[in-house]
Amino acid sequence: MGQITLQGVQKSFGPVHIIKGADLDIADGSFVVFVGPSGCGKTTLLRLIAGLEDVTGGNILIDGKNVVDVPPAKRGLSMVFQSYALYPHMSVRGNIAFGLKMAGLPKLEINRKVEAAAATLNLTPYLDRKPRELSGGQRQRVAIGRAIVREPKAFLFDEPLSNLDAALRVQMRLEVTRLQKQLGTTAIYVTHDQVEAMTMADKIVVLNAGKIEQYGSPLELYERPANLFVAGFIGSPKMNFISGDVAHRYGGETIGVRPEHLSVERDGRGWQGTVSAAEHLGSDTFLYVDAGPVGQLTTRYVGELDLKAGDKVSLSPEPQRIHRFDASGSALRA
Amino acid sequence: MATRQTQLLARTLLTPAVALLFVWMIVPLALTIYFSTLHYNLLDPGSERFVGLENFHYFLTDPAFLASLRNTLVLVGSVLALTVLIGIPLALLLDQPVIGRNIVRLMVIAPFFVMPTVSALVWKNLLMHPVSGLFAWIATLFGATPIDWFNDAPLLAVILIVSWQWLPFATLILLTALQSLDEEQKEAAEMDGAKAISTFIYITLPHLARPITVVILIETIFLLTVFAEIFVTTGGGPGLQTTNIAFLIYAQALIQYDVGSASAGGLVAVVIANIVAFFLVRIVGRNLEA
Amino acid sequence: MARMVTTKRVAISTIGAWLAGFLIFFPILWMVLASFKTELEAFAVPPSFLFFHWTTENYATVQERSDYLHHALNSIIVAGGSTLIAMAIAIPAAWSMAFSPTRRTKDLLLWMLSTKMMPPVGVLVPIYLIYRDFGMLDTLTGLTFILCLGNLPIVVWMLFTYFKEIPKDILEAARMDGATIGRELIYVLTPMAVPGLASTLLLNLILAWNEAFWTLNLSTLNAAPLTVFIASYSSPEGLFWAKLSAASTLAIAPILVLGWFSQRQLVRGLTFGAVK
Repeated sequence: MGQITLQGVQKSFGPVHIIKGADLDIADGSFVVFVGPSGCGKTTLLRLIAGLEDVTGGNILIDGKNVVDVPPAKRGLSMVFQSYALYPHMSVRGNIAFGLKMAGLPKLEINRKVEAAAATLNLTPYLDRKPRELSGGQRQRVAIGRAIVREPKAFLFDEPLSNLDAALRVQMRLEVTRLQKQLGTTAIYVTHDQVEAMTMADKIVVLNAGKIEQYGSPLELYERPANLFVAGFIGSPKMNFISGDVAHRYGGETIGVRPEHLSVERDGRGWQGTVSAAEHLGSDTFLYVDAGPVGQLTTRYVGELDLKAGDKVSLSPEPQRIHRFDASGSALRA
Repeated sequence: MATRQTQLLARTLLTPAVALLFVWMIVPLALTIYFSTLHYNLLDPGSERFVGLENFHYFLTDPAFLASLRNTLVLVGSVLALTVLIGIPLALLLDQPVIGRNIVRLMVIAPFFVMPTVSALVWKNLLMHPVSGLFAWIATLFGATPIDWFNDAPLLAVILIVSWQWLPFATLILLTALQSLDEEQKEAAEMDGAKAISTFIYITLPHLARPITVVILIETIFLLTVFAEIFVTTGGGPGLQTTNIAFLIYAQALIQYDVGSASAGGLVAVVIANIVAFFLVRIVGRNLEA
Repeated sequence: MARMVTTKRVAISTIGAWLAGFLIFFPILWMVLASFKTELEAFAVPPSFLFFHWTTENYATVQERSDYLHHALNSIIVAGGSTLIAMAIAIPAAWSMAFSPTRRTKDLLLWMLSTKMMPPVGVLVPIYLIYRDFGMLDTLTGLTFILCLGNLPIVVWMLFTYFKEIPKDILEAARMDGATIGRELIYVLTPMAVPGLASTLLLNLILAWNEAFWTLNLSTLNAAPLTVFIASYSSPEGLFWAKLSAASTLAIAPILVLGWFSQRQLVRGLTFGAVK
């Protein structure tokens, strides 16, 4: 069982408030991603759950039991560190076995579990190697192996893929998700990469400056962002924001339209603009358009559009895909 | 990691080291200050009396003190000059692709690890002996008269011995610093059209400025108290020619048994060292932040 | 310009470096050679370089003399003892400064270093008198104690830097894996710190072995280590040069070997981190 609840969790380092009151309910078995810009507090929140930092206020409940006074060694959680933090003087086998050794399991059982974990992660041929003899991807799998072998209540991941190259990252993304589904263990995953967040999560927690901006499924965040911040954070390229008279005409202080929801025509009765730059990827075309009083807009077209800098275009937003925000930045929902 | 429990533990663990060093610093220093205000001669026990600053006055106006001060400055300055000026090209040389580099390094570093008393005696008896020393023999080969080092140029002899001992230190530090110089900086200079000399002057030398300063400061601190080499070779003489401040204080304390005067001298040495230490601690402190 | 290292450059560098190295090492070499000569040969003029009657009689004589062994033992006890005791005091101190630092930690460390910068001659008088009055002159205990205090700042400093280099997250991983503080220390911290501990031990052993101020002033015969023993040969009779060379070679040989392994530690330990 790995149900985790945060109640009014606060964390300050001296006069600096990093976490300003977080409330969260994480269901057992779900894959939750903490995402947000640098310095938003996502790693701090993870470390508070792990017990590596003490809370300044609030409660953290694991399966209903408050653990704020329980040291990390006794919380029954596993963590995969960004740098993997493997024990350099122990072999892969030793690294994976360490937690079981600390738990006092008999040697035979430890071996059995270690070998099972190694098999799952394709680490069996490396069991007797030292970490310095392994590649980045292999080390990362050892770190994961070390975490899963203890059958914890939940996995905590601290940006585990950021040190890998792009191709490996995509591959590991799938593996981690698959593994989690297979094991059914709760997972909390910290990343600054919203693509990772969107593809891996059951639910996403968007953090900004120590506050939880929104907590919902990826699609919820995409289709119904709760405020300007979430709307601008989720989705790449970023949502187009328009304010002023144009926004008022559509019924909000600010309105937002995603680049993929702006249709492009050479002539039309939409917003008129001039292409300032065009990026042709073959699969997509991104246009950066100077639309005068409306502002600078980005559009995304699936497929190839034969347009270049200097061309005149007309942009029309899909009416159901216009997001309206009030003066405080919150979304206005009909 | 810093929970309240571990902080208390941490403070307890620090206590022995801090307490010991504190006592080590304070007690002798306090006693030195106390003694420096007394007229106290070990050969004349019971005659101690308070004389205030008279010892300082006596010590500082004693021509022996002035001579020792001069000798100290000459010794420290010369050794610094020799070790740094030879150390830089030596470090540059060792930074090159030399075959058998490790063995050469061993040879260059060895003098630092030789006991000062052994170094002194080897130089005095085997090399510098005016009759059967090696230098004497080399001189006669060239038809010149051998130098009677410890009679005619005693301070120079001591300077040579001490420089030989400290050259490896300077070289090693500078070599370490050289090897931390980013290869890419030199490549960028090359792309910008710089020749070898220019690269050295504008990139290498400024990079070495800090380590050179450190070498100078640290060597100064240890060179101010050169003792064993003088003790073993010249005993401070002939006359006062190789007496530095450290030896003068020693002579006053354990040869003349004039505790009061020696204490006053000791404090003077401490003050001088403190001035140098101040600058060194500043540099170390800055590095600690990084 | 070719990126290859030219043979010419390698040749010039090699010749230059070997020449410089040979010149610098020469006095030691000369001493070792002298140790294999007879006394007559040792101060003969012109001196012989390689073609002389090689003999090991000096080494035999030196090792037979019980006083040499006695002083060598003193060196081992004093250098070893002072270093081990210093380590025992310094390890907890450095551990606490590295892993539980406070605002004061940096100042504390700098203060400790500054005690090493104090000229020993500044406190020669009181130390000598205290030692005299407490009967500690010419005792192994006395010497060990003073050398321990002398090297303590460097030991603390070096251990601090080594402890600081241990990545914090590996220790946190151990905690997440269920290790209590004690087990974290035993299974993770100590094995990772062992190379640093060894290096610190080595360098300070060397520094203590070679210490030639307190040993010269606070001991004469009983507790005198090799530094003092060799110094007693400083009287101008040339008759003992070959034996002196043999004794000296024996005295410095182990340190030269250890010193070879301590180069990097030398930089770390004696520049107090001012040079990286």
